[in-house]
Amino acid sequence: MPVTNSALLSVEALTLEVNGHRLTDEVSFEIRAGEMLALVGESGCGKSVTALSILRIHPDPPISLSGGRIVFDGRDLAALSADEMRAVRGDDIAMIFQEPMTSLNPVLTVGDQIAEALILHRGMSRRAALARAGELIELVGLPNGRRQVDRYPHQLSGGQRQRIMIAMALACEPKLLIADEPTTALDVTVQAQILALIDTLRRDAGMACLLITHDLGVVAEVCDRAAVMYAGKIVETGPVDVLLGAPRHRYTRALVDTIPAMNPPGQRLPSIAGTVPPPGSRAPGCPFVDRCDAPTSQCRTLMPPPEEQSGHIVRCWNPAQ
Amino acid sequence: MTALLDVQDLVKDYRDAAGAPLRAVDGVSFTLAPGEVLGIVGESGCGKSTLGRMLMRLVEPTSGRILVDGSDLTKLGGRALKRERRQLQMVFQDPYGSLNPRHKVGTIIGEPLVIHGIPNRRERVAELLDLVGLPREAVDRYPHEFSGGQRQRIAIARALALEPKVIIADEPVSALDVSIQSQIINLITDLRARLGLSMIFISHDLSVIRHVSDRIGVMYLGRMVEIAPTAALFAAPRHPYTGALLSAIPRPPSRDGTPQRTRRIFLKGELPDPTNPPPGCVFHTRCPVAVERCREIVPRLDPIGADGQRAACLRADEMPGILDAPTRPETAVAT
Ligand SMILES: Nc1ncnc2c1ncn2[C@@H]1O[C@H](COP(=O)(O)OP(=O)(O)OP(=O)(O)O)[C@@H](O)[C@H]1O
Ligand SMILES: Nc1ncnc2c1ncn2[C@@H]1O[C@H](COP(=O)(O)OP(=O)(O)OP(=O)(O)O)[C@@H](O)[C@H]1O
Ligand code: SF4
Ligand SMILES: [Mg+2]
Ligand SMILES: [Mg+2]
Repeated sequence: MPVTNSALLSVEALTLEVNGHRLTDEVSFEIRAGEMLALVGESGCGKSVTALSILRIHPDPPISLSGGRIVFDGRDLAALSADEMRAVRGDDIAMIFQEPMTSLNPVLTVGDQIAEALILHRGMSRRAALARAGELIELVGLPNGRRQVDRYPHQLSGGQRQRIMIAMALACEPKLLIADEPTTALDVTVQAQILALIDTLRRDAGMACLLITHDLGVVAEVCDRAAVMYAGKIVETGPVDVLLGAPRHRYTRALVDTIPAMNPPGQRLPSIAGTVPPPGSRAPGCPFVDRCDAPTSQCRTLMPPPEEQSGHIVRCWNPAQ
Repeated sequence: MTALLDVQDLVKDYRDAAGAPLRAVDGVSFTLAPGEVLGIVGESGCGKSTLGRMLMRLVEPTSGRILVDGSDLTKLGGRALKRERRQLQMVFQDPYGSLNPRHKVGTIIGEPLVIHGIPNRRERVAELLDLVGLPREAVDRYPHEFSGGQRQRIAIARALALEPKVIIADEPVSALDVSIQSQIINLITDLRARLGLSMIFISHDLSVIRHVSDRIGVMYLGRMVEIAPTAALFAAPRHPYTGALLSAIPRPPSRDGTPQRTRRIFLKGELPDPTNPPPGCVFHTRCPVAVERCREIVPRLDPIGADGQRAACLRADEMPGILDAPTRPETAVAT
């Protein structure tokens, strides 16, 4: 895949492995400055491991990058030293993790946790950083930010903690925000506030965002483009309105069809029989073949090549028209 | 039509961790007709689960009445309670946590039959497996051998074992992937049609609630603030909180690819501290159209308009016009 100069982040044929099993298989996508890209797909398809590998966070047991490159702002992230990578993390690239409970430090106040990045990357004094932390807390919709800075994570509700995580991620005004299911634990009215905030930062500060979610309604509302992942592979990428309005891959189409809001109330919903094959039991060919409603003889043996039509890329032997 | 379930002025008081009194459910009343599905929606902590558990008497109500076919469940004890409680069964959010991992599926589904001394258990379990779309071989397997969606089918089969009149489902699809979610929603729709099930369906997801419910009750801070037939609620919400909830639903684009954007009604501030609820209308601290009298007068859940719609808002008769939303959420599909 050619790297265009305008891409802020370019993930090229990324393959991640653990114990000889591929968790992702030649995953490619790019994000431009100010762009919001959605990464969608069912549970276990490899969204989080892809996101973590961009920041070179490899959980236990260790997942290895066995192929591909991640280029950010013209630099190959794999070639950076640990120190250089630390300077990127939390400053140029920030992440909101899927599990807010486990990613906050229980013995530090939330103010100190937000201030940490400002002190480290911006060289602020603790006092100035805490004042800024208070502002950020109000920005994510928690009132009385100045009083909230002294609280500990266990004194907050799940939704409040999630918003503290968001404030931490936004502290250094990153060029790229990676948000892994940032609003899943939040109520719809709070979710609407947070998405509006991310959208504003994108418009005003040119922040790019990789948004991981399983909520196609959220994708439709706030993203420019989306990449659909299935069993470790990207199967379709394109502008959101086209991808969700007229999906071509059989999986994307089936996924969009199952949403209650796409169907008249009270009627049977289309569904996808079966489940995602886990890593290690994925045959060659298209990983969706066993659940597909229109497979061809080729599908089982060969992975379809990407076909592009004005920015809409599909990997399917028998795409919908 | 006589109500199958008639809930009157139900209240539940708790104490929070610091010992401060907290009213989790505050004077909730509604009825459920035979064959009807009533959806209950509202934000985290508004009292949905507490309400559901009180109906099952898994949680003791502080006050109020729960009439099932005319007899008051809150007054019963011992054998009479056991007999009447059979009429109500519950399905929970986390299908794994609610199934005993050491028991085989056949034992799990058959357990209520054993407790109530019902004969022909093996046949009945096989029938129940058929009903929820699981293979009969499942009887000899353990819960961990099944996916999340299949486990929810097991939980539903168990809830149906005693042929209850009402199923109370607390977030039954919230933990499932979208593709699996639709399978369970379909199962519920089928069971309704086949068994004439009545149901209370609790969820924070309005698009799921809309899909399955005949009527919807909206809760805020322990109170029912609006209740209406589904179509009426979506067409013209009469409480500003309902309006805000509807406007916050992210919507997929329409089939021709044109994006649909909604004008959002953003709420100010946070959910109030439940140990210290605001005086007057509980919603006034976040309400976009609150006026002076909202701080003093507690609005009642009064009828407004046709269809049995009720809203607890002092300005209900000016709603939804005053929210000034040029486009209210409508489905992607014309109905
Ligand atoms: N450290 C690890 N060792 C082994 N397998 C792993 C590891 N981390 C993840 N996996 C496996 O890799 C696959 C992809 O996991 P990942 O967490 O990326 O999924 P996801 O798409 O983020 O799913 P969800 O929507 O549930 O968050 C899963 O099958 C998971 O079990
Ligand atoms: N056993 C308990 N002791 C004290 N307070 C409780 C108890 N159970 C619930 N509460 C409180 O009662 C209120 C209502 O809780 P409930 O679980 O009914 O809400 P919910 O609407 O089901 O929320 P969610 O959507 O998060 O499941 C909350 O403020 C909660 O903290
Ligand atoms: S009574 Fe007043 S504060 Fe309450 S919802 Fe109506 S307008 Fe808003
Ligand atoms: Mg994940
Ligand atoms: Mg609950």
